[in-house]
Amino acid sequence: MTIPFYVAPEQLVRDKAEFARKGIARGRSIVAVDFAEGVLLLAENPSKALHKISEVYDRIAFAGVGKYNEFETLRKAGIRQADLMGYLYSRDDVTAMGLATAFAQTLGMIFTRDPKPYEVEILLAEISEDGAEHRLFRVSYDGTLYDERRYVAIGGKAEQLVEVLAELWSEGMSLQEAFNAGVEAFRRAEGRESEGWEVAILDGGNGRRAFRRLAPGELGDG
Amino acid sequence: MIEKPYGPLPLDAPIPGSSFTDLLQFIGAGPAVPIPTGSSPISAPEGTTVLALRFVGGVVIAGDRRATEGHLVAHRRVKKVFPADNYSAVAIAGTAGLAMDMVKLFQVELEHYEKIEGIRLSLEGKASFLARLVRNHLPMALQGLGVVPLFAGYDDKEARGRVYSYDLVGGRYEETDFGSTGSGSRLAKSFLRTAYEDDMSPEDAMATAINALVAASSEDTGTGGPDLRRGILPNVVRIDAGGVVEVADETIFPLAEHAMDNVR
Repeated sequence: MTIPFYVAPEQLVRDKAEFARKGIARGRSIVAVDFAEGVLLLAENPSKALHKISEVYDRIAFAGVGKYNEFETLRKAGIRQADLMGYLYSRDDVTAMGLATAFAQTLGMIFTRDPKPYEVEILLAEISEDGAEHRLFRVSYDGTLYDERRYVAIGGKAEQLVEVLAELWSEGMSLQEAFNAGVEAFRRAEGRESEGWEVAILDGGNGRRAFRRLAPGELGDG
Repeated sequence: MIEKPYGPLPLDAPIPGSSFTDLLQFIGAGPAVPIPTGSSPISAPEGTTVLALRFVGGVVIAGDRRATEGHLVAHRRVKKVFPADNYSAVAIAGTAGLAMDMVKLFQVELEHYEKIEGIRLSLEGKASFLARLVRNHLPMALQGLGVVPLFAGYDDKEARGRVYSYDLVGGRYEETDFGSTGSGSRLAKSFLRTAYEDDMSPEDAMATAINALVAASSEDTGTGGPDLRRGILPNVVRIDAGGVVEVADETIFPLAEHAMDNVR
């Protein structure tokens, strides 16, 4: 019988975190930006078929970066959780806060328990029924949950994107202005032109289901 | 008792992983109805007329508002026609409480599939899923608590409205022009058989639907006619390429008034 090598827990967590961060840094980033009537989600995504942004519930949207199959698993799990809660209780009982903690718990558990952590970062956006109040949450690969305001970025270039958005964001922006700010943030953070956008919004004036995908070109090229 | 699936989020789901109904069963929250021993014979559901008819480029689905318990009127303002998603609607006949549960599950199922797969089910797919729900309900039907839906929707592949009717055991039948279910359905169908025309506009179809409901209500005690004094009007849902529209009472009122004036 072979005795496994002893690895200090600190070392193990550090190694896993570094592994996950490297995986996430390889992928493209996503931003969510508040505008007057809702929240804009903007991803650099050359694919028209594989989505990174998705509807989760009536007023809640999901975005994920990193390894596609892993954030896709989480996206589906989030939809299942939301639909179960809404069916068993009431549609009003499904909140981004509740979902975000479930994502955090799941990712935290996978990070400590599984040999390989998920190489993903998750973003949840929610608007109130009238579209006036917005909530943004970010969950990192190890299950850390962040409550964000006004704008948020996930992915390898998150820090640079947030820096630019801090400069460009202003209260009561229109959708077009928010889109332009997002595009500019990507341009400066990446130092190159985008290969294609995936754009979706949560819009207060959109009826029960606030989520809507915008066709490429609907907001111009920024 | 609901078993907790793997982890705080349901990462695992039964194959193919896009059905909400299967997910409910999987976590132990599905309707558990064993087939009873010594069941009474199947009886058709009572006390309703719901109907659907096609017009050029779409379909109208409508229902009366009365719920009965034996010979008594239990409710006067029951809703029996529901949008199922953006391009289809379902109407119900049979045991009201169970039927509404079935509609709620059907609505969540369609939206769940759409979100998980990123694409809507085809109209045919929706119709056959509804057949499965009715089939699953068979144990209750054997106890006389049957539910028989009527399904209508817009088929974007063929650019036309389609109507499906069902029976108690989950049989699914596509109708060429119109369909109806409930205690007044025979009366409604014989009215529609003479009144139906191939090239109807949505307005014609709505007027015909309400006329057929009035015709059914004048012979069938289980079907409530329009009650203009109380403002109780049939539910009408219109579906075409633009999606589902629950027709407003202001539009229905003159049609109902006209239908009541013409009845003898």
